[in-house]
Amino acid sequence: MTEKEGHIKYAGQFRRSWAKLKRNRAALFGGVLLLAYLFTALFAPLLYPGNPSAPNLIKSLERPSLEHLLGTDELGRSIMGRIIYGSRVSLLIAVGVIAVGLLVGVPLGLVSGYYRGKVDFIIQRVTDTMLAFPGFLLALALVAVLGVGLKNTVISIGISMVPIYIRLVRGCTLSVREEVYVEAARAVGTQDRGILLRHILPNVMIPITIQTSLGMGMAILFAAGLGFLGIGVQPPTPEWGAMLGSGRVYLFCSPHVATFPGIAIFLAVLGFNLLGDGLRDALDPRFRI
Amino acid sequence: MLQYVIKRLLSTIPVLIGISLLLFFMLRMLPGDPAQVLAGQMATQEDISLIRHQLGLDRPIHVQYAFFLSRLVRFDLGRSARTQNPVTAEIWARLPNTVLLAVVAVTLACIFGIPAGIISAVRPYTLIDYVVTSAAIFGISMPVFWLGLMLVVVFSVILQWLPAGGTGSWKHVILPSVTLAAFVVAFIARMTRSSMIEVLSQDYMTTARSKGLKERVVIIKHALKNALIPIITVIGLQFGLLLGGAVLTETVFAWPGLGRLIVDSILGRDYPVIQGAILVFGLLYIFVNLAVDLFYAWVDPRIRYD
Repeated sequence: MTEKEGHIKYAGQFRRSWAKLKRNRAALFGGVLLLAYLFTALFAPLLYPGNPSAPNLIKSLERPSLEHLLGTDELGRSIMGRIIYGSRVSLLIAVGVIAVGLLVGVPLGLVSGYYRGKVDFIIQRVTDTMLAFPGFLLALALVAVLGVGLKNTVISIGISMVPIYIRLVRGCTLSVREEVYVEAARAVGTQDRGILLRHILPNVMIPITIQTSLGMGMAILFAAGLGFLGIGVQPPTPEWGAMLGSGRVYLFCSPHVATFPGIAIFLAVLGFNLLGDGLRDALDPRFRI
Repeated sequence: MLQYVIKRLLSTIPVLIGISLLLFFMLRMLPGDPAQVLAGQMATQEDISLIRHQLGLDRPIHVQYAFFLSRLVRFDLGRSARTQNPVTAEIWARLPNTVLLAVVAVTLACIFGIPAGIISAVRPYTLIDYVVTSAAIFGISMPVFWLGLMLVVVFSVILQWLPAGGTGSWKHVILPSVTLAAFVVAFIARMTRSSMIEVLSQDYMTTARSKGLKERVVIIKHALKNALIPIITVIGLQFGLLLGGAVLTETVFAWPGLGRLIVDSILGRDYPVIQGAILVFGLLYIFVNLAVDLFYAWVDPRIRYD
């Protein structure tokens, strides 16, 4: 297959997958949710011009009204404003977590699957140990060591995602390395680094893309969980989980304080999950669950 | 079968060693003196010196690890920095509550998840299928702690049917276990659906139908039996999610379990208890998955001869 024919083949595959994705109404709905989420995060200062962290105790725990569409929290801050700015925090966490997962997990998975032998054995035993802890508990253990705050939340959840990427990429690398074109590249003297980056990595991109969409949803849920427990992002930063955690105290008199941040988390995670499912169906139905 | 059991048991050894290393280095990664960290903020200089000597922190690192391992094997996890009680006693007092919650939640999740998945698979792309698959994706995307709070608002605040938290009667178990189950039921329903759809397209299903068997017999005896393996695997794997969810659920409902203990210990920087609770969570997860592996090797001979 010449390079041109290769491009035509991939363009054809892309068009077919795109057409399939467009027909999937659930995935489209997920895409719309994510666009709204991205728009809110990027244009937060335009959508809510005030300071979302400035307290106004005279207006504390007000119910939803025309002045404050989603009401106010215990310090009189607009819940709407804090949810809008909270989308920035959760997006930052999700992107940071995935960056940690990808930057550490993908190279280790590639090396583990390509070289096999002792390197593979060591990486896999470390992965086994990390997978012996449920993801959220691993993040919790890491927070216990690293301490609370935005940066440590990203590192802790990011590290808990690493074994998932290692396993995924290793599995795909093991099968791709046996392909004829990899053998051909090796035969013409291409170095291992070139083979890994130019021949193997592009062929494991589909599962990585799917996992990234699903992983971002998971990262938002984990970060919100840590925030809710009081060991994630700390106040007064508007973080959805922490907002829910502080709203819990007022559940009996002002349930709206805990209700709306939860809906925001739910919609953002739903968007990533629907799009991830749609991508899986369109790009690789073998992975369908 | 015995050979498979031995092989599977041996495969847990590297993971157990890995966990012990993780716990060992966890304390040593903290800034400052581990003896000071273990003793807590209120400890005197004598207490710190005593702990340093007891733990052998003045000896070479490999001796320290060997010492740590020997204590771990004897379940000697030290004392809580906050209460001064043995860590094992703290854990034993909480463990039954978490196990109770997990068992009730898994049972509820199976009771609702498996039939929902079957119905969805038998009638694919119909209204009921869309309802089940949508509910499942909603369940997966919903923060478990938020669902718990909303259940409290409806059933405790508005309807006043059930207590909002604590323990004492069977009524106290309902809301936390339903919250946890809702999280897992979605995964079970999704896996049952996809596994059943695959089995239903097999030739032996056509054979079963052509023999004139009733549809119910075909679905339950021929399809479900073959679809069960991936479902059981998912239940085992979801047990981990359940343990993670238990940390959050126990916080929402002030349920005195292991999850609540670990959060309180993190907030109070009580590292011996954190270590102990993480160890128990890790062991629980490993042994549930081990049990699942052994169970389906027993059910399906193909696995143990692979």
